[in-house]
Amino acid sequence: MDREKQPGFRDGAVDGIPIMVGYFPVAMAFGLLAKTVGVTFADACLFSLVVFAGASQFMALDLIKAGIAAVDIVLATFLLNLRHMMMSAALAVRLRGVRRGLLPIVAFGVTDETFSVASFKPGGLTAPYLLGLNGAAYVAWFGGTVAGYLVGQVLPAAVQSSLGIGLYALFAAILVPGLKKHAGALAIALLAGLLYLLLSRFTPLSSGWSLIAAIIAAAAAGLATLKDGAGEEEA
Amino acid sequence: MTEYLPLILGMMLVTYLPRLLPLAALTRRPLPPLVRRFLRCIPFAALGALITRGVAESGPGMMPATLAAIAVAAAVSFRGGSLVPSVVAAIVTAYLVLSL
Repeated sequence: MDREKQPGFRDGAVDGIPIMVGYFPVAMAFGLLAKTVGVTFADACLFSLVVFAGASQFMALDLIKAGIAAVDIVLATFLLNLRHMMMSAALAVRLRGVRRGLLPIVAFGVTDETFSVASFKPGGLTAPYLLGLNGAAYVAWFGGTVAGYLVGQVLPAAVQSSLGIGLYALFAAILVPGLKKHAGALAIALLAGLLYLLLSRFTPLSSGWSLIAAIIAAAAAGLATLKDGAGEEEA
Repeated sequence: MTEYLPLILGMMLVTYLPRLLPLAALTRRPLPPLVRRFLRCIPFAALGALITRGVAESGPGMMPATLAAIAVAAAVSFRGGSLVPSVVAAIVTAYLVLSL
């Protein structure tokens, strides 16, 4: 059906622009911080090229500075990034007609932001679309890292912070139109937020565990609000 | 040059596998309707949790700007704005609040 309307690489890259706007300055901050902590340029680039996970890269710099052992940093990274399992699983049910050989490349670029944009893209998801989207984000992340390390702080601090805040605004801008799709969506989002706050504040769970527990619990509770067939139109 | 190679490779492994395994295992696989519905609720739950975390951990002095930016992005998006105008309006808002 509507094969000619399947989103392609170009559509993905265009949809990635709002992510690039946020990633570039945040990656610059990473590059600059890496230099400050004493990480070489090659290592800073490698972090962004092969790990490609903002929060965990910043955490790694923090832990390196504090002299934490590599094994512990890797474990903390694992816990922080477990949430991507849920995101990757959620993307899987919407991918259609994809060559299996492309999946390892598509999977590499699953971040909070690319997942969010892709999840609320109307219609089916294709591998070229995701490659364009993830590729745009990746280029901005790596480019920002290089620029931050080599050039340092060129943007005034308030501009840099505002661009970083733009990523959270992006989440809100993505979520709002989605809420119109079905009545339970707002309840699911609010419940997830509330659970995250409660878990991260009042239990010993780390931020990573709190996040994944809140997402799973709210989505499971959401099953009760989502009627059969609702939200299946994009399938 | 690459003093941190083992650390970086370790981090890559534990970041990449959670991204890859569910996608590789579940793509084009028939799933029970209940599981499909559960997975369709994930984006709403994930965004709710991520936005909340963004505000809660916005750092010293950043919370008003973060909240204002999120509210503006939500409002522009609610009125039918696409992502770029919503985010640009939010960034300008954050900048104005931070410059107050």
